[in-house]
Amino acid sequence: MKSGSRLEKILEQGNFAVTAELGPPMSADAEVIAKKAAILNGTADAFNVTDNQTAVVRMSSIAASAICVKEGIEPIMQMVCRDRNRIAMQSDILGAVALGIRNCLCLSGDHQSFGRAGKLLGHPGAKNVYDVDSINLISILRTMRDEHKQQGGDPIKSDVPLFIGAAWTPLGDPVDFRVIRLGKKIQAGADFVQTQGIYDVERFSDAMKKAREKGFHEKTAILAGIIVPKSAGMLNYMNTSVAGVSVPEKMIQRMSQAENPKEEGIKITIELINEIRKIEGVRGVHIQPIEWETAMQEISGKANLLPRPETA
Amino acid sequence: MIVAQRKPLQEIIEKLEKHKKVLIAGCATCVAECRSGGQKEVELLASQLRIAFADKKISIKISECCIERQCEPEMIEEHAQKVLEQDVVLSIACGVGVQEMSLRFADITILPGLNTTFMGTHAKQNSWEERCGGCGNCILDLTMGICPIARCSKSLLNGPCGGTHDGKCEISEDTPCAWALIVERHKEKGKLEQMESIIPPKDWSTSRDGGPRVLAREELE
Repeated sequence: MKSGSRLEKILEQGNFAVTAELGPPMSADAEVIAKKAAILNGTADAFNVTDNQTAVVRMSSIAASAICVKEGIEPIMQMVCRDRNRIAMQSDILGAVALGIRNCLCLSGDHQSFGRAGKLLGHPGAKNVYDVDSINLISILRTMRDEHKQQGGDPIKSDVPLFIGAAWTPLGDPVDFRVIRLGKKIQAGADFVQTQGIYDVERFSDAMKKAREKGFHEKTAILAGIIVPKSAGMLNYMNTSVAGVSVPEKMIQRMSQAENPKEEGIKITIELINEIRKIEGVRGVHIQPIEWETAMQEISGKANLLPRPETA
Repeated sequence: MIVAQRKPLQEIIEKLEKHKKVLIAGCATCVAECRSGGQKEVELLASQLRIAFADKKISIKISECCIERQCEPEMIEEHAQKVLEQDVVLSIACGVGVQEMSLRFADITILPGLNTTFMGTHAKQNSWEERCGGCGNCILDLTMGICPIARCSKSLLNGPCGGTHDGKCEISEDTPCAWALIVERHKEKGKLEQMESIIPPKDWSTSRDGGPRVLAREELE
């Protein structure tokens, strides 16, 4: 065991893992996390706690993850390279482990210009950091855990039990490079990988085939991402505006004709889970019901993913 | 070359209008190449200011000069007499030139007329693009001659982030993704497998993060 996290145990036991997302609030209100945790509890094995996603200031992922631990659900703390240098990152990791956090997902992070969207002002004038990139961050965490060493070489006088995650955008541009980049993340030390949202199962199957040809599915646990759709408009937006997300036209049409789009969205999600499960090498799903945590119980239940297995 | 852009005319007018004798000092090197601060731009700006101040009925004497290289003390010296007759100099050189002028003429107000922006190239007609981040430890050999430090909006070292789309950066449709270009060039040369190795965390101490840099070449003394 590298970390002893529930997610690691589930995968070690050969179970199909389920993760979901929990976005921290734009406030200092711990109650928001507690409420979400109560709704999500039992619907998945671990929950991604986002790190200032889209470069909007929210409660820190480290604090929100610690609240999750207290509330009895397992966090996957996300960490982006945008806001911290290697000193802050390693310090935060030591703190996170001390607070009982056992999973960390390493990401580049959206550019700070993303923060200005809709009614939000964000911080487009912020100075970004990007001292290291996500691949280097993975490698730094692995060195901290396996060699008890900081990136600079100084020793760490305790264990740093961490299950290290990475993101994979299998259908992102330039598509030829995506499998190579996945390979770099595995080489750096990614124990698990969560993909960008998949709607086009056929294209994802092709990407998985390429990953299998390199044996990547055996070197890391690949969890396929599914973003729960709510409307045809959302699917259309994802297809045209979200990098690396490809939505088949048929699915957009189906959603536009649905009497109750949210219900249809749950149906689509369940169908996607069932289809994606059949692909060789997929070891779990990462379900993202964006600000719709209440959908998780129904999704996991109807996809026959409940109850979640016990872990020793 | 160093690329700079002229400050908005209104901002310049506001900074100058309380003065009596103004010298517009251009620089005939980089900022002339990017058509922001050379002889022609000195003449143009002087005319614009004369018209603007005449309209406002403000009396200011505007003189002009263009220094071969405003970053070189010796070349500044050639214009010293003219400078010393002024009460303010609007330098339309890069920030290095403005600082050299301020150092030489401590009793005269030296105002910057340009915003120094980046080190770049004249990529296409009337368009300059950033090419070098001056990080002090060049890795262009690993990236097919395309600099990810300057040209990737996240200065990534190991390939494009998930935000790249159709060869464009996630920050704008007008910004090419440097890593898409690097991948493309590796593909063209049949060397995509070169990208499989990890470029380790960068040592930024050779960059600005190591403090202001000094280059001392003792062997040349």
